[in-house]
Amino acid sequence: MRQPLDWQIASVKDIRPETASVKTFTLALPNWTAHRAGQHYDIRLTAEDGYQAQRSYSIASEPERRGEIDLTIERIEDGEVSTYMHEVLVEGDQIEVRGPIGGYFVWDASSRDQLLLIAGGSGVVPLMSMIRHRASAGASNATHLLYSSRTFDDVIYYQELEKLKSKGKGLEVFHTLTRSQPAGWSGFDRRIDEAMLKEVVKPLGKSLQAFICGPTLLVESAANTLVKIGIKPNQIRTERFGPTGTA
Amino acid sequence: MPEPFVSRGFTGKRRGGAEKANRIPPGQYLTEDFPVLSAGPTPRLDLKHWTFTIEGLVKEKVSWTWEEFLKLPSQSFVVDISCVTKWTHLDMKWQGVSVDTLLEHAELDRKAAFVIAFSHEGYTTNMPVADILNGQAFVAYSYDDKPLEPEHGGPARLVVPHLYFWKSAKWAAGLRFVEKDQRGFWESAGYNNHGDPWKEERYS
Repeated sequence: MRQPLDWQIASVKDIRPETASVKTFTLALPNWTAHRAGQHYDIRLTAEDGYQAQRSYSIASEPERRGEIDLTIERIEDGEVSTYMHEVLVEGDQIEVRGPIGGYFVWDASSRDQLLLIAGGSGVVPLMSMIRHRASAGASNATHLLYSSRTFDDVIYYQELEKLKSKGKGLEVFHTLTRSQPAGWSGFDRRIDEAMLKEVVKPLGKSLQAFICGPTLLVESAANTLVKIGIKPNQIRTERFGPTGTA
Repeated sequence: MPEPFVSRGFTGKRRGGAEKANRIPPGQYLTEDFPVLSAGPTPRLDLKHWTFTIEGLVKEKVSWTWEEFLKLPSQSFVVDISCVTKWTHLDMKWQGVSVDTLLEHAELDRKAAFVIAFSHEGYTTNMPVADILNGQAFVAYSYDDKPLEPEHGGPARLVVPHLYFWKSAKWAAGLRFVEKDQRGFWESAGYNNHGDPWKEERYS
């Protein structure tokens, strides 16, 4: 019998750009196991001489999709694994992975929690898995995503989020663009702050569950502010990455 | 036996520092940063109410206030740290009190085989007692000659350098000695019960 966390060799089924520095990789898995939304996979690269490098990447797809997963990966300038994924890997290649991993930063649609999702940059990836899972499961629990990006061109999954939002199943999406905004931009235009969080949290009840993922400073600040405006620490789950944390 | 897998076109960019390679556990990469990883918001602890307690299978429970804790004999520790998220940081300089020193104040019951490190915000992590004795673990309140920042577990955290860093409980509140092993926070969420980086004991 297979142990769920053995390394396995996946095939790269599809690679598509999301933004200038972010791509989504669809991997077909010979030993697929349904993940929980929010979990990640490890990728291991091996050179001819046996040198290896490993990194963890969040799953972007919903667990309802059988036999394959999407990993959405940002290219980090001096990254060892992300630059390989972006510059060397092509469709049809094989790649060693293991997972799914992680049992805390996860959400199951059966729980029906009211969700507050806060993302910075590629921190949106595990939250997107939750949003897609929620849609696939036909859930209609109130779900608010607050998503901070530098510019409009850096927003990952914009069209899909718009589409899911327009279905009117309780999903609200709030964007904030911190560096520049296109003409006629009606979303937020600053870093996440107390007033913004109050506005996004307000219609949700006191029993919400918050998930925050992004760069350390954004996560620190958002989590501290949520506590300040009355959300209990045990209702807030965080996942952070530093400059090298996602390389 | 199947051929070992090779990633087409992968040569490896971070091979530099070959002289340090024997200090980097398998699957880890070197960083000069100190990444922050926590499961929830960073607690801001008031030193006036801070305590560190040794309890469970000890003859008498012992507890220190912040002021008392600072008066305990402390040491400087320069150690290599590996996080299960894959980073390894060499030569991290801490100041703190050895667990051996703390245990001079509490008589361990013979039945104490495991320790649960617990934190002020509710985090727990478990280890065999043998993994925290004989200079293997300390409670640190300073990093890099500065007070330990809240994001990194300040005012004080446990540091157990020879195990993955989740065993080094942030915002440490105490050690509870028990007879039977009990899985802690990450140990109950898919992570390994022991966590030796050299054996790559990452996951359950």
